[in-house]
Amino acid sequence: MLSCKQFLQELNDFLDEKLDPQIRAELQRHVNECPNCWVVCNTTEKTVQVFKGYQPKAVPADIQNRLLAALEKRIAARGPLCRKVASSDVAHTAEADCPDTDTN
Amino acid sequence: MYLRLVSTTPTTTTPTTAGFDEADLVARAKAGDAEAFSELVRHYDRRVYRMAKQITQNDEDTEDVLQETFLKAYTHLDDFQGNSKFYTWLVRIAVNEALMKLRKRRSDRTVPLDEPVDTGEDEIVREIAVWDENPEQQYSREELADILDEAIATLKPSYRNVFVLRDIEELSIQETAEALNQSISAVKSSLLRARLQLREKLTRLFKKKGDNAFAVL
Repeated sequence: MLSCKQFLQELNDFLDEKLDPQIRAELQRHVNECPNCWVVCNTTEKTVQVFKGYQPKAVPADIQNRLLAALEKRIAARGPLCRKVASSDVAHTAEADCPDTDTN
Repeated sequence: MYLRLVSTTPTTTTPTTAGFDEADLVARAKAGDAEAFSELVRHYDRRVYRMAKQITQNDEDTEDVLQETFLKAYTHLDDFQGNSKFYTWLVRIAVNEALMKLRKRRSDRTVPLDEPVDTGEDEIVREIAVWDENPEQQYSREELADILDEAIATLKPSYRNVFVLRDIEELSIQETAEALNQSISAVKSSLLRARLQLREKLTRLFKKKGDNAFAVL
């Protein structure tokens, strides 16, 4: 039987349901037989659920207005979005959507 | 002036997804429709704001990250080719901005340089108690948000960033690893530690009171 430490190390994959069925069955057997690991597994799952259901608060009005004003200024300065000639010519790659570069 | 962007009545409720067609808005924004872009902003600004605050843990940096994220998204909208969801692309811009802020603050020595030493004890489980049924309902939405914000703030940055992207923004492990420029194994390790540490903190608040709280009797 798995040790509790081994179970904990696999907890993420167990919760995220991305496991080989045989390993899953082994972990399930451990959690069925170990009350402590059952509680840890159950409360970790609930922890993740609480955070997933955590609705963001509205952006404070003054900050939102400053954001929208900055955008309006940028749009006025640049004009409507202008297509870059080169961008439509480059090959479509997985990296193409990566906005890593700081072009400011 | 192309279209009215400044809202005189900022939205105070969560934007609904009903009628929200991200792909259509992105296509229209790319075609030069500023109002479509402003709708994307209004839909996602609170999520970007929350994420920026969680990563930077600083109000001034949070506002800068919010602005820079949407300004860069607007400027580089043509670079978005739809390989991922628009929001995932936005998150990656925001994460870059937030991490730059963190690095700058570190170089300014306004925050401690050292992260806690990894003693290998992060996975120790101390609180083993079942929770009340729906414990979060004991708190108002605002109170719960404060509890969760405070819990996240106690994590060390490397755990916090992974948790925010994976479990709050719901990026995949792969997307989280790419956004943070980390290996998948590093992301998984940080995620486990973050989850276990947050579980400890919430268990102290949410555990069932009384004799039946503990698994081992």
